[in-house]
Amino acid sequence: MAAKNIMIVGVGGQGTLLASKLLGRLLLGKGFDVKVSEVHGMSQRGGSVVTYVRWGEKVYSPIIDRGQADAILSFELLEAARWTEYLKPGGRLITNTQQINPMPVITGAARYPEGLEGKLRALGIDLDAVDALSLAEEAGSSKAVNIVLLGRLSRWFDFTEAEWLEAIEQSVPPKFLELNKKAFALGRAC
Amino acid sequence: MKQLMLGNEAVARGLYEAGCAFVSSYPGTPSTEITEAAARYPEICAEWAPNEKVAMEAAFGASLAGRRSFCGMKHVGLNVAADPLFTISYTGVNGGMVIAVADDAGMHSSQNEQDSRHYAKAAKLPMLEPSDSQEALEYTRLAYELSEAFDTPVLMKMCTRISHSQSVVEPGEREEAAPRPYEKNGEKYIMMPGNAKRRHPVVEERLAKMADWAEHASVNRIEAGTDYKMGIITSSTSYQYVKEACGDTYPVLKLGMVWPLPEKKIRTFAKSVSLLVVVEELDGFIEEYCRNLGLACAGKNFFPAIGELSQNLVARQLTHRETSGLKLDEVIPPRPPVMCAGCPHRGLFYTLAKNKLTVLGDIGCYTLGAVAPLGAMDSTVCMGASISGLHGFNKAGGNEGRTVAVIGDSTFMHSGVTGLINAAYNESSSTVIILDNSITGMTGHQQNPTTGFNLKGDPCAKIDLESLCRAVGIERVRVVDPYDLAECDGAVREELAAPGPSVIISRRPCALLKYVRHPGPIAADPDRCVGCKSCMRIGCPAISISGGKAVIDNTLCTGCGVCAQLCRFDALSGKKEA
Repeated sequence: MAAKNIMIVGVGGQGTLLASKLLGRLLLGKGFDVKVSEVHGMSQRGGSVVTYVRWGEKVYSPIIDRGQADAILSFELLEAARWTEYLKPGGRLITNTQQINPMPVITGAARYPEGLEGKLRALGIDLDAVDALSLAEEAGSSKAVNIVLLGRLSRWFDFTEAEWLEAIEQSVPPKFLELNKKAFALGRAC
Repeated sequence: MKQLMLGNEAVARGLYEAGCAFVSSYPGTPSTEITEAAARYPEICAEWAPNEKVAMEAAFGASLAGRRSFCGMKHVGLNVAADPLFTISYTGVNGGMVIAVADDAGMHSSQNEQDSRHYAKAAKLPMLEPSDSQEALEYTRLAYELSEAFDTPVLMKMCTRISHSQSVVEPGEREEAAPRPYEKNGEKYIMMPGNAKRRHPVVEERLAKMADWAEHASVNRIEAGTDYKMGIITSSTSYQYVKEACGDTYPVLKLGMVWPLPEKKIRTFAKSVSLLVVVEELDGFIEEYCRNLGLACAGKNFFPAIGELSQNLVARQLTHRETSGLKLDEVIPPRPPVMCAGCPHRGLFYTLAKNKLTVLGDIGCYTLGAVAPLGAMDSTVCMGASISGLHGFNKAGGNEGRTVAVIGDSTFMHSGVTGLINAAYNESSSTVIILDNSITGMTGHQQNPTTGFNLKGDPCAKIDLESLCRAVGIERVRVVDPYDLAECDGAVREELAAPGPSVIISRRPCALLKYVRHPGPIAADPDRCVGCKSCMRIGCPAISISGGKAVIDNTLCTGCGVCAQLCRFDALSGKKEA
């Protein structure tokens, strides 16, 4: 089997690393060769961040290049648009509809493009847009956006719900477990 | 049991398994997690040193005492530690000694992209270069064997994509390395000219022996191909891109040791293929070696010496089969990193910007003070350069009385204090601002000598910055709260006006530290807001203008209250500090 590729993109501080770590652990448990590539340091300070998750019989490169992602999970709408070029033809783009203005937009030096969802669909992209912020707030905390989106992404995999929940249990502090389980369920439903 | 590990964690696992007893490092992206992970093994005494030179010398001392030792750093850290590096190449080791250096091609979090392989050649030291986490572990263990067998420190070269990629590792067990007895041996360890002259030939002989070893080492392996029109020499992450792009089509000489290089193996490989291609990131280091052997080869004429490689870049040049995707016809605004909401540096940088000062900056989160709209920085070179640079700038008569240096607490400990000694000793009128956020921020919250905690998290001796500054001869030392704009403004104006050198310590812990309690979001009153955008001048990611009025992002705002001090219409109000 050729390696499968998922990119997780977002804004530094949104919790993209937790999602990729959890996914990596699940895939390793299934006996795949797995590589998860992260970027640390300066870009984590509110900058555009990207994590690559690759798995298969044998994985060489730790990164994913243009036109190679089977799916992109984006934590923010503008970031979804930024990384679209990395999607494989026919690949799926799952995005949070939340908009976070980058500093050039805040200062007025640039504008946040309008109607991105429509424009992405018009390009022929298989787009799954979800308001993860509202669902996270419904679950009990705006900080659970990453787990809501993981729930959404989970529909794309064959793992059972129990397997996902076990992985979440291993990755989040016990006092936030119920909240995160609820966030996962809300993302996975509908 | 198989585990996913960062390359850095795998190096730490290798240290553990090899019986390493002492680790001393200074944090630096992308190398930091090696030492953090090593500290989680109780068998290893792991420490943060104030800088890389101290770290390497401490690790050498542990080796001298007979234990296996380690120090890790980023590429620019090796510049700082270059002094001991070149001479411990002469002394050799007692207990095995390994030095990891992590390059940052693409400059994800660095001020330059230098290629550390040149150091191995220049200091005549062996350098291993893993291409995934399993190799990172195995090569670390091998490095100790080589270190003790050949009586040499061994360099382990990492890079961002190896350090910060998790891949599958099969961990082994720890094998305790028995301490080697220390015996006084001045001819080997006292590097004064008479002794050093006798050691230099030893170094040259050692290098020749290592080159022989490299000919037969399994870490330098030839992988067969099906098409010998082309043969590729590569290493590290470049090897992964080559395999991704070409599969098993072309034969590959995969180098796990990039210095010294195996001349015969390279010649034999070259003879077996029609076209020899070297694929390597940054400089044409291996390529140059091949050319010096008189071998015709392709390399940097096809691959850039700037930035990272990737599978598409390699595929474009070797197979003409790169992939592409759909591009949105839209201008996507960039999303550069910014100072966090609630960052204590913001108020201070606003003060510097407002007073239109020339600011010589340094390395850390606060380098983001250079970014619009604050734009309060004029130079950033290397750790410590702010203070020493300011001294020269002032002595040369540059904008005197209107120029300051800014430097973080950890950077000040690293190499700022020597610059301050220079300012006091040579009597410049420098005003130095130490941005004391009580942590090493940019690399992800490491302790340092000013925080009162060590790498293992235990309480320890705490350097008192005020006393230290006074002790080196600075009479004017004062502390300000960067959340208080009026206080910052007053202090900066007074110290610039005062004769002689002075230090302002801008003190507030990093807003991201878990123990810091925030009062909660500022409330924006749309009825009072006139849309003057005064609050936008501090570049806070939690404030934006919507419908002509200031809006606060409650998920980001910590309630630091700096914006409220800029509002003349009382439209922004905060709670009292928790």
